[in-house]
Amino acid sequence: MTTSATLSFSHGVHPEYFKHLTDAKPIEQMPFAETYVLPLGQHTGAPSKALVRKGQEVRRGQMIAEPGGFVSVALHAPVDGTVTGIELVEMPNGKMGPAILLRTDPYSTQQLNLTPPTPPEEMDLKTFLISIQSSGLVGLGGAAFPAHVKFSIPEGKTCRYLMLNGAECEPFLTSDHRTMVEHPDAIVDGTAILQHFIRAEKIFIGIEENKPDAIAILTEKFNRSGLPAEVVPLKVKYPQGAEKMLITSIIQREVPSGKLPLDVETLVSNISSIAAMSYWFRQGIPLIERVVTVTGTAIHRPSNLLVPIGTSMQEVVNYCGGLTNEVSRILLGGPMMGMVQKSLNSPVLKGTSGILALTSREVKDLEEYECIRCGKCVDACPMHLNPSLLGLLAKNGLWEEMQDNYVFDCFECGSCSFVCPSGIPLVQSFRVAKGLLREQQAREKAKATAV
Amino acid sequence: MFGEVTISILLLTGLGLLFATILAIAYKKMKVYEDPRIDRVESMLPGANCGACGMPGCRAFAEKLVGMEMNLVKCTVSSPSSVEKIATFLGIDAGGGEKVVARLLCAGGTKESSRQVAYSGHLNTCRGEAAIAGGTKDCNWGCLGWGDCADACDFDAIHMNANGLPVVDIDKCVACNDCVEICPKGLFTLMPTTQKLIVQCKSLLAGEEALARCSVACNACGRCAADSIPGLIEMSNNLPVIHYEMNELTSPVATVRCPTGAIVWLEHEKQFEDQVTSGLAVGQVDTGEFDEDIYYQ
Repeated sequence: MTTSATLSFSHGVHPEYFKHLTDAKPIEQMPFAETYVLPLGQHTGAPSKALVRKGQEVRRGQMIAEPGGFVSVALHAPVDGTVTGIELVEMPNGKMGPAILLRTDPYSTQQLNLTPPTPPEEMDLKTFLISIQSSGLVGLGGAAFPAHVKFSIPEGKTCRYLMLNGAECEPFLTSDHRTMVEHPDAIVDGTAILQHFIRAEKIFIGIEENKPDAIAILTEKFNRSGLPAEVVPLKVKYPQGAEKMLITSIIQREVPSGKLPLDVETLVSNISSIAAMSYWFRQGIPLIERVVTVTGTAIHRPSNLLVPIGTSMQEVVNYCGGLTNEVSRILLGGPMMGMVQKSLNSPVLKGTSGILALTSREVKDLEEYECIRCGKCVDACPMHLNPSLLGLLAKNGLWEEMQDNYVFDCFECGSCSFVCPSGIPLVQSFRVAKGLLREQQAREKAKATAV
Repeated sequence: MFGEVTISILLLTGLGLLFATILAIAYKKMKVYEDPRIDRVESMLPGANCGACGMPGCRAFAEKLVGMEMNLVKCTVSSPSSVEKIATFLGIDAGGGEKVVARLLCAGGTKESSRQVAYSGHLNTCRGEAAIAGGTKDCNWGCLGWGDCADACDFDAIHMNANGLPVVDIDKCVACNDCVEICPKGLFTLMPTTQKLIVQCKSLLAGEEALARCSVACNACGRCAADSIPGLIEMSNNLPVIHYEMNELTSPVATVRCPTGAIVWLEHEKQFEDQVTSGLAVGQVDTGEFDEDIYYQ
């Protein structure tokens, strides 16, 4: 592997990046808000179980909900304050879910008074994983998948390569970029902790070429760390930061359909999660705040903010000068895969990498036409699927045929919809198909177990 | 010349006879016995191959029926008269199943529940809208109104009314479960027509919060539970749960003090066409004055 040639994958798209809005802005600490909303189901998997009652006083960093199962993590109070209730609140995905409501103690200095756990070097693997679970750590890239589950390598699988994902290929977002530039030591330290348990042959840190400052500083830090690590600059292309694309780019191996990165002996983790792991093991700080890029052409003062989890989006947007009159769409996450929001009511969650406010200039709202078989989507799909065919099947409700054409390999990156000149809602219809197929399979399974 | 023609005719006739004999023998020897009743039963079934019975089609269901492996009630699509016919033909019990229909558990149409923002997607289906942030309707549980259920219904039993709500024609509904499966909000449920007391709301919110999103939402006041026979209605997750095993004890009393009309008594259901044109959901139909003396006995 050489670092001279830029590594990449085949297919993909080149959207306009807009990173200049925030990529030079240092991370600011967001002031504490008056109230916080902490949904119990903000990670992938089983929701956490609340440990507090209404009226109870909590300390900043105190565990307020325990994991509700193996694929679940703990939740911690982001401030000193009082629990005002456990109620149903609107979540960014449009569902209503239970959440712990906190009112900040106005007289508290919000000093962290935490003791770190036993040094990880003295732990065995099991205690290490349980410790991560109790720190509430999830993948900070957006999916919020519990970190300890990802780091549990099943029997019979080996992990030769550890990859840190600093590609940040979504336009607008710069939270990982700023973390890499401002907290390289935490990243190196977190990597060393993880490497102590994973013992990978080689560690790759994948960063897109449009972040030369991050590449330079991490190369220098990792060279001095003594870890078998290499910072690899990647071609600027969307979706470079998707797990499977990153693996293909760096080690030229393809994750087979329906399999996981560990099937090609690789473990991929978001780079900010690695930094968060260092804070937990060295300083005892659980996941109570995260870096959020508040950006877009409809925000007065685009910024990178360190936001306590549970702050309402409205607060965050107000802190950044509010929205301009031109606002036409608000997204949580990037413009390609982010979740559209109908209001600013929901809170910032562990998986919120950005709040994006767009004007009608960026929002493509084409009228829908028939598919002209131009094949642009086929050239764009990084998973080498045939979105054109899948789109036609979806239009005719042929869900089983879609499954035969590997619709479940689609990870909804949005490249096909992005390039489609006919404005066909491809990804949206694939999501519908996947939902219907999953429900159908669940019903069949239930029927089979009933018999 | 003549001889050649004769030979060919004789040869071909001979061959034909030979093969016919072989086929006739094979037919006798290799015949698989099939109950002739299967054909008869199949012809009496609706032939919709809807799969509601759990079989791949009407033929398979007919085979199971003749083999006494399945109950005739499983076919919800057959009209009572054809069920009767099949039962007499096979000499079995018709099962006496009560009619089951699909009921919509939402009364919040466009008039009752608004939308904060417009949905500007191209995929104009409920499933499509629900895939984007759960839909733009204020109530997270409410009907999105694009009519996926009406499209899914093979029996033309669901029409969308002017208020953006689906109306079920209970005469045509055969309880095939298609609408139950397609609705992204899970608003349909199959119920025997004898169950007259239903809660037309799935909102888990209570009080003002629920009403802010929909004017006909259940605000979890609990009056229906308090007014009914103890144990009949139970409040759970801010919704009344009716214990239908005590169905004979249900009465319109439960609906009288409901401040929003979320719980309804379906006694004088309007004609299907009226419901479609009036734009009212089933429960908002004038249920008529009920005789208090009867129910308070």
